[in-house]
Amino acid sequence: MQLNNKTSNAAVTKKESTENRDNNAGNTNIMVEVRNLKQYFPVGGGIFNRKLVKAVDDISFHIERGETLGLVGESGCGKTTTGRSLLRLYEPTEGKIIYNGRDITHVKMFPYRRKMQIVFQDPYASLNPRMTVGDIVGEPIDIHRLASGKKERNDKIINLLEVVGLNSEHANRFPHEFSGGQRQRIGIARALAVDPDFVVCDEPISALDVSIQAQIINMFERLQEERSLTYLFIAHDLAVVHHISDRIGVMYLGKLVELAPSHELNFHPVHPYTKSLISAIPCADPEVCRRQKRIILEGDVPSPINPPSGCRFRTRCPLAVKRCAAEEPPFREVSSGHFAACHLI
Amino acid sequence: MSGILLDMKNVCLSFFTPAGEVRALNNISFKLLDGEVLGIVGESGSGKSVTAYSIMGLTAFPGKMTSGRISFNGHQIEELTEAEFRKIRGIEVSMIFQDPMTSLNPVYTIGNQITEVIKLHTDKNAKEANARALELLELVGINEPQKRLRQYPHELSGGMRQRIMIAIALACEPKLLIADEPTTALDVTIQAQILELIMGLRKKIGMSIIMITHDLGIVASICEKIAVMYAGKIVEYGPIDDIFYNPSHEYTKGLLRSIPKLTEDSHKKLIPIEGTPVDLLELPQGCSFAPRCASCMKICLREKPVYTFINDTHYTACWLRQKEAFETETAHAVK
Repeated sequence: MQLNNKTSNAAVTKKESTENRDNNAGNTNIMVEVRNLKQYFPVGGGIFNRKLVKAVDDISFHIERGETLGLVGESGCGKTTTGRSLLRLYEPTEGKIIYNGRDITHVKMFPYRRKMQIVFQDPYASLNPRMTVGDIVGEPIDIHRLASGKKERNDKIINLLEVVGLNSEHANRFPHEFSGGQRQRIGIARALAVDPDFVVCDEPISALDVSIQAQIINMFERLQEERSLTYLFIAHDLAVVHHISDRIGVMYLGKLVELAPSHELNFHPVHPYTKSLISAIPCADPEVCRRQKRIILEGDVPSPINPPSGCRFRTRCPLAVKRCAAEEPPFREVSSGHFAACHLI
Repeated sequence: MSGILLDMKNVCLSFFTPAGEVRALNNISFKLLDGEVLGIVGESGSGKSVTAYSIMGLTAFPGKMTSGRISFNGHQIEELTEAEFRKIRGIEVSMIFQDPMTSLNPVYTIGNQITEVIKLHTDKNAKEANARALELLELVGINEPQKRLRQYPHELSGGMRQRIMIAIALACEPKLLIADEPTTALDVTIQAQILELIMGLRKKIGMSIIMITHDLGIVASICEKIAVMYAGKIVEYGPIDDIFYNPSHEYTKGLLRSIPKLTEDSHKKLIPIEGTPVDLLELPQGCSFAPRCASCMKICLREKPVYTFINDTHYTACWLRQKEAFETETAHAVK
């Protein structure tokens, strides 16, 4: 009973704080801002007929302090690219990235790496198999010289492992000795080693078993509370993103098509793509499934090398009209805090 | 109409690896009726794929069925030779694999791979087989089928490849279709297309389906019965409504509690199942789930649970369902 009270209280405070933040929007409360970000990659061909994949094409959004912004979309829609460009793991083709009021699009990233970290998708591929867990977690501490001696370094590592639910004896082991869920914990400990305030979580749970996913989600939430972290949470599972995020952005073929507070997005989606995405998710409740009316989209996601003209979703959109092919819909505010890019709204 | 298509009785199967005997299946028993859709859920390593593979005789060295009987459509599976297996695979039972990227042969055209099955199992000549292949591609909703027949797998998207896999699996209208995580590698909008396709074809052809998945949502939307597996054992079996609204095994309950639902309107904390899946090399003496179970009793550590029938079709392997018997037992012991 007590536990129940506690969780509902936490939910309330979370909501309240979101509202507070909304009121002060536009000033120092913005942690990260992206303006007209474009990220193109050259593919195939020679020097003269080089083609470009427009992985991310002109998107803008901001993330407030202490907030979790979820980013969903199908594979190839550019959500991972967005996360990586934001940390300048790729050099953005165009656009601005602003961290804490400072433009970091063209600066040396070293000092900022202490504040902005990432947890990768694949816990099997993102840990060096030849390093012990202690060294993996200790590497950021060494690079940023955060420990004055061996003992302090060791204490820090053990402390970090305990924070993510592992223990000191794990420090001398190698990644292959751990399960997927434990490896993901190691990845999180490494990201936390420099005490960041912004973490990009790039599909951190999609490689894990269902019963382990909930453990990791809860840990992300606990860490956010304890260390007042700000997350960009990237995933393709809308149910998970809805659970963890304050606001959600939906991407399609390199564009942001809808952005809204997570509750609003889930219950009152306006963009036809978001609607079909929500209806396509099989809900783990047979009654709901029987009632649910599915909007089944035709066809596949078009190639980002040669995206459709106008609205990129028009080739699969059940509502598409002539105007959609001719004109690109602007990303505009449809109601307070709810943005969408569609001609028909 | 509703005859028994598949009957597995006390099947045990182990893989004999250098590290020791991995008990992949421990006493699996269930029946599948004609035209029924059964979902097998469980985490990786719980034996859901191996269960299905054992029906097709695909658990070759170092796997070995150590005991039990599997009867399928009049065949006694454990007695079949490899040559006899070849005669039922593709005709009476066929399979869709998880990864459409790797389960098609990259050096043969799509047409080649579909007609191979048809030529092997029917007496159709090349021309007839080709016509049948075209028909199948249309059936699974692929546009420009004539062109696709001459294409190679790499020229198609993931969703298309999975459609091709389905076309191959259905080429001879099997009695049983085993779908091993058919949509795990696909996006949700494509997943919805494929699930709808499979269910539509089931109505047309009238086959039974075993759907292997870890996604409870998929199970809830298409299956009639569910087998929940944990550590190579069916821990709970029953019709979907019973499983979702009246789960009686602690593992099933835990799974249902641990998934976030889109329909929830306030932020509730998820209740995860603590701990990690059990090591199949060293199964505990008692219930395999006991180390992670919040309501574990003494008997759970001592003895493997037997099945308790909650009703005719819903049963579970959990000592908590027989609490009274167990309580009197301890009472005796105390006396």
